[in-house]
Amino acid sequence: MHPAFSVVFFTTATGAGYGLLALLGVLAGQGFVPPDFWLGLVGTGLALGLITAGLLSSAGHLGRPERAWRAFSQWRSSWLSREGVASVATFVPAGLFAIGWVLLGRTDGWVAIAGLFAAVAAIVTVCTTGMIYVSLKPIAQWHSRFTLPGYLIFSAMTGSVLLNALLQGFGIGSNIVLAGCVLLTLLGWGWKLATWRYNDRLEIPTTANTATGLAGGTVRSLEWPHTEENFLLKEMGFRVARKHRVRLRQIAQALAFALPLALLLAAFALPRPFAAVLSALAAIAQFAGMLVERWLFFAEAKHTVTLYYGR
Amino acid sequence: MTCIPAQTDKKLGLVIDLDTCVGCQACVTACKEWNTGGHMAPLTDIDPYGGDVDGVWFNRVHSYEHITEMGGRTVNFPRSCLHCEQPACVTVCPTGASYKRASDGIVLVDEDKCIGCKLCSWACPYGAREFDTDVGVMKKCTLCVDRIYNDNLVGEDRVPACVAACPTSARHFGDLGDPASAVSQLVASRGGVDLMPELGYQPTNKYLPPRAHTTRAASVPAPALEPVRAEGGFLGWVDRMLSN
Amino acid sequence: MTNGPVRGANSAPSQRPLADTRAPDEGDGVDTSPDVSDSIAKTTCYMCACRCGIDVHIKDGKVRYINGNKDHPVNRGVLCGKGSAGIMQHYSPARLKKPLLRTGPRGSGQFREIEWEEAFSIATERLSAIRRSDPKKLAFFTGRDQSQSLTGWWASQFGTPNFAAHGGFCSVNMAAGGLYTIGGSFWEFGEPDWDNTRYFMLFGVAEDHDSNPIKIGLGKLKARGAKVVSINPCRTGYNAIADDWIGIRPGTDGLFVFALIHELLRAGRVDLDYLLRYTNAHALVIQQPGAADDGLFARDSNGNPLAWDRVAKTPVAATDLDARPALTGSFTIDGRRCVPVFQLITDRYLHESYSPDAVAGRCGVSAGTIRRIAAELAHIAFEQAIELPIAWTDWAGRRRETIKGRPVSMHAMRGISAHSNGFHTCRAIHLLQVLLGTVDVPGGFRFKPPYPRSAPPGPKPAGKDVRPMTPLEGMPLGFVCGPDNLLIDDAGTPVRIDKAYSWDAPLAAHGLMHTVIRNAWAGDPYKIDTLMMYMSNMAWNSSMNTVETMAMLADVDDAGNYKIPFIIYSDAYYSETVPFADLVLPDTTYLERHDCISLLDRPISHADGPGDAIRHPVVEPDRDVRPFQSVLIELGARLGLPGFVDDDGSAKYRDYADYIVNHERTPGVGPLAGWRGKDGASIGKGEVNPDQLQRYIDNGGFWHHDFADDQRYYKMANRSYLDFAESMGFIPKAEPIVFQLYSEPIQRFRLAARGHGRVLPPEAERSRIETYMDPLPFWYAPFEEAAVDLHKYPLHALTQRPMHMYHSWGSQNAWLRQITSQNRLFVHHQTATSLGLVDDDWVWIESINGRVKGQIKLVDGVNPDTVWTWNAIGKRRGSWGLKDDAAESNRSFLLNHIIGDQTSADANGKRYSNSDPVTGQAAWFDLRVRIVKCAPEEAGFTEPQFERFQQPPHFEPSPGKLSFGAEFRREREAAE
Repeated sequence: MHPAFSVVFFTTATGAGYGLLALLGVLAGQGFVPPDFWLGLVGTGLALGLITAGLLSSAGHLGRPERAWRAFSQWRSSWLSREGVASVATFVPAGLFAIGWVLLGRTDGWVAIAGLFAAVAAIVTVCTTGMIYVSLKPIAQWHSRFTLPGYLIFSAMTGSVLLNALLQGFGIGSNIVLAGCVLLTLLGWGWKLATWRYNDRLEIPTTANTATGLAGGTVRSLEWPHTEENFLLKEMGFRVARKHRVRLRQIAQALAFALPLALLLAAFALPRPFAAVLSALAAIAQFAGMLVERWLFFAEAKHTVTLYYGR
Repeated sequence: MTCIPAQTDKKLGLVIDLDTCVGCQACVTACKEWNTGGHMAPLTDIDPYGGDVDGVWFNRVHSYEHITEMGGRTVNFPRSCLHCEQPACVTVCPTGASYKRASDGIVLVDEDKCIGCKLCSWACPYGAREFDTDVGVMKKCTLCVDRIYNDNLVGEDRVPACVAACPTSARHFGDLGDPASAVSQLVASRGGVDLMPELGYQPTNKYLPPRAHTTRAASVPAPALEPVRAEGGFLGWVDRMLSN
Repeated sequence: MTNGPVRGANSAPSQRPLADTRAPDEGDGVDTSPDVSDSIAKTTCYMCACRCGIDVHIKDGKVRYINGNKDHPVNRGVLCGKGSAGIMQHYSPARLKKPLLRTGPRGSGQFREIEWEEAFSIATERLSAIRRSDPKKLAFFTGRDQSQSLTGWWASQFGTPNFAAHGGFCSVNMAAGGLYTIGGSFWEFGEPDWDNTRYFMLFGVAEDHDSNPIKIGLGKLKARGAKVVSINPCRTGYNAIADDWIGIRPGTDGLFVFALIHELLRAGRVDLDYLLRYTNAHALVIQQPGAADDGLFARDSNGNPLAWDRVAKTPVAATDLDARPALTGSFTIDGRRCVPVFQLITDRYLHESYSPDAVAGRCGVSAGTIRRIAAELAHIAFEQAIELPIAWTDWAGRRRETIKGRPVSMHAMRGISAHSNGFHTCRAIHLLQVLLGTVDVPGGFRFKPPYPRSAPPGPKPAGKDVRPMTPLEGMPLGFVCGPDNLLIDDAGTPVRIDKAYSWDAPLAAHGLMHTVIRNAWAGDPYKIDTLMMYMSNMAWNSSMNTVETMAMLADVDDAGNYKIPFIIYSDAYYSETVPFADLVLPDTTYLERHDCISLLDRPISHADGPGDAIRHPVVEPDRDVRPFQSVLIELGARLGLPGFVDDDGSAKYRDYADYIVNHERTPGVGPLAGWRGKDGASIGKGEVNPDQLQRYIDNGGFWHHDFADDQRYYKMANRSYLDFAESMGFIPKAEPIVFQLYSEPIQRFRLAARGHGRVLPPEAERSRIETYMDPLPFWYAPFEEAAVDLHKYPLHALTQRPMHMYHSWGSQNAWLRQITSQNRLFVHHQTATSLGLVDDDWVWIESINGRVKGQIKLVDGVNPDTVWTWNAIGKRRGSWGLKDDAAESNRSFLLNHIIGDQTSADANGKRYSNSDPVTGQAAWFDLRVRIVKCAPEEAGFTEPQFERFQQPPHFEPSPGKLSFGAEFRREREAAE
């Protein structure tokens, strides 16, 4: 699948944003985080900013963005529509939560309830995003049991690392949060490795034989319908060379998992300004790493239409 | 709208005979010319005279080499929307632009509702969806919905443009939901198949596989030729034949 | 509900409209009955040479869409990939807009626009001077011209013998091979009996003139389960659906066919009765080595060939109905030894050198396969013979109650004919057909009227006596029957610039357009003044040795004058040839013109009856262009050519339409055969009918006459048919047409080579004439194969035109070019592996004539010793309205660059045209190559590259986007 930047950025940014939002909603509402104005402003701002930027980015990928409102109508059948509904719906509790915290300076009571609702909505939204990919049977790498947990884990992971960076920045970092980040990053790494392992061994029942109805033997593409690349090939025929793939997987692992882990572990040991800097660096590295991971998520996904083109 | 009708009154579709298709592209351009002025007009061509030419086509013909232990065969393979009974391209559509008609089973796009998210093209395993980058919406085969019921065409022309044009008679059209229809019987008699049946889309269009001919073995039950056994050999035989 | 009957080719129950075509009440707002067109104009397609009937739907003065005419005898409603893309040809950005006069050097593309009046006066002045001095200094050659009965007649009236169309580089071997053997041929001349055949053999066909009829026919065979056997090095297109694909080595089809004949003869599986009735198998051939009549027929005092009566043991006229002629043996008449033709046939083809085992290696086809095919042919022809319950009467008045047929049919085309051994291979295929008794019988191959004609047809080429201001005594092209008919002067020098009908190419029935540029450039046999060409891309894909051809077109002598002094060219589009012209006459598109597809040329007949058709303008030109035929007629009038002016010197015809209706070639016979006579009641012959064109238009653009049942078969000997043919003027007399298995006209050339006769070849030509003018077909290695080091050039290289571009000008067509913008060289996997090549590699393709670079694609379905590519996809930058980055001029290649236009020098140092020695057919497919992986820095772009042509004045850059059809929708929606 073509790794369009708008979509790569969208899923990465909203994943992190919803993760952060959910964590803030729960932790602030339950009093684990003080109702500090700046922390609230930066925290909810960052979460909603990432979400909003991601959504805008995905809208930029639309052919007719002015009609985007229509996407809320088909929630009964379409995970994309559900995602649209959920993402917008999330803004309601999230907005109340942010208003309560930032403008009213409180995170208890109805604000806490709003925070919980925002967290639930954020999780639901991430689920809908994941389900968009899970539901696509033509793409076996996505249509798997690894995809939805992956979205949730990565959302939690990137959200937590962001949260940690924030808390550290405000001087209220905690080893529990740090430990959570480390555990989630380890989980994310493990999940990614498992996913790759699964995908690399995937035996897809759909072949050039079933695609053409020509049973037995091998079916080789002789000529394409058009000699130049068309929409299908540009959108779904993306290929990444094996050696690039290996290198990119290494880069993704280094940036998204290994480096953040090292930085976070170092943050345990170091005093505040250093811990804060390392935590921020961990978040930045992980975000960059997740962009690479998400790029690979698309680039390595093989759509059945490529079978028609001998790819 | 994007919920699939539980049942359609008819299952209109195409039957494509891979045993007969010579890959001449007649269906391809007949489709293009009808539809570029038809229901989903235009079928935009980007850079039509340049190096990055990329147009919208509802019907594309591939060719393959099918190699089995019986030998090799070249197969021409027209590919277009299969008007599936379980069209995920419809259910994934967030706006209701994609829909399957309850009356005849045709899968259509309502362009006015399409936001151009392209998700339907991801959901279609067959590559039947064609994005018009200029208009910003998804387009696709309409099964010539503006021909098959068109009162402004004489009756005999109310078939899809590709079926009308096909010079080898490799394309057929009808109600595949009616087991008594000519197309259903053709499919039954020739062992018509679904494409990618394992994905469960239940395509309406069927493909008739190349006949199980022999590679290069005799399909004519001809005994080997033996030299004439006549006195005087062949010339003697000629003489005798003429004398009879 | 469906109204009206179901017509056309696609009318099976599974191809019909729904039983109830009322739109269901879906409620989705879809307009299921949009307005389609304001009017429907029925005319004839010209996207290729197939001549299908089309319905052009016009909406708001624009072409909305084009579909096949269901009533039309050629396509019966279907339409090929080209036909449906006609809109894009019509609206091509490469269309010329106005007459052009060259201002820069030839080949630069620098022109200024001129008015038509200036164009006419330039041409008239130039041609008038030529006609006053030496008319043959005008060479007039046309390409895929469907108006050859006009253009040839114009040349004849002008007085130049230097006329031909593109047949010489297309398929004259096929035409001549057939016409000299059975008085007909494949494609426009005949077709398989699609409804009855059970075994169809297809030789060397990628796509064909008979595009849609063959496809319709194959569809019928497939539906019926008849067996299709293809003999072709490439397994594409029609060959892909064959039940049996025989991937033969190029140029060896003749051997393959002889081996089949060998097997059939050996087994006694030939139709002796058919041979006796319809061929010269029993005619006696004089066997007197050294004598002047050696190899000629023994004849009676009336000149009729003799046969030997087995019972009476006396010579009898071969046509004697009561005779019991011998087919074998040796007889003495007047002291001369004579043997029947059939004896010569058995002597030759029963020889071990034509056995399956002997030819298998060379053909790349196993002996077992050859034996199997022979057995199948015999089985179908003799064990599955068919009989139609229709009574008919033969030429001699013998009535038969049924029509017997042998359901084996064949078709062959360029893969056979475009070799230097093609003429004899074509003859071989016809010999096979005739031995099986399958010509013009049910289930076999059938003639299309006006064929069959005598073998060969009567008219001889005119041009022996070229004089100023004097028309030729006949048409420039015809059929020679011996050296006396050649167009050579007393010194043996060719009369024609293309050397057709000279010792170089004695049976050049279609001329040799491919030699004209070199010969005119070299002044060999003489210098010309003006080269006038029409719709043939001679500076690119229609020439061999393109690089040198372009150089010759632009070459100057010591004084700085062009060696070919003046070039007039008419084309509708900015092709690669336009920039080499001095004067450009812009033609219309096929939807803007009149044309006639005439029985005098190549009509739309099919085996069940004659027909002809017209084109008429269905849209008005939006540019200052004129149909070439009308321009030619006006030029004829301005030149005062007889036939083009009335007695008072005024123009006889207003334009082509006027000519089509009012011209009479012989009294009562004009370009169109339908609705003749004042009241339009006559066919074939009749007075001029001023209303004729309207009658055609009213009938859908064509006329067709359906035979009575008893006229449909055995046309070569069918009384009822022959009488009809005579009444129509197809044949001069209702006499039987005898198939010439042994060709006496060809033997006459051989005798000349042996020193007999009045007209003798020069000493240096004698052994060539002796060898190749063999009265019975034989096989020899293609010339290039014999001349090059096969270890160095181990591969055959072929081209095919893709079906969606065959005979069309496809690369300017926004739709067709999307299908094929880049051509690859197709290489067998095994061959590639042995050369260390993988898919998508860029390679040099090298021949003795040069090298060209392209990208490969590995395939399984090709003869392993053969590589091939799609032809004419490569285009020169600056032509056809393509942008500079188009794949056509960056990644596509033209194989023509490395096909030599001449043979290697022979022992005398003479280089002949790279052509068949009998007919002069261009030997495109003799090419031998090697392929070499190119250096990494050379990959990704084609070579050679040529300077970009400049664009003519007022040529707008081609659009970056095409939204054709959006306007129809806008109007529909506005109307709602």
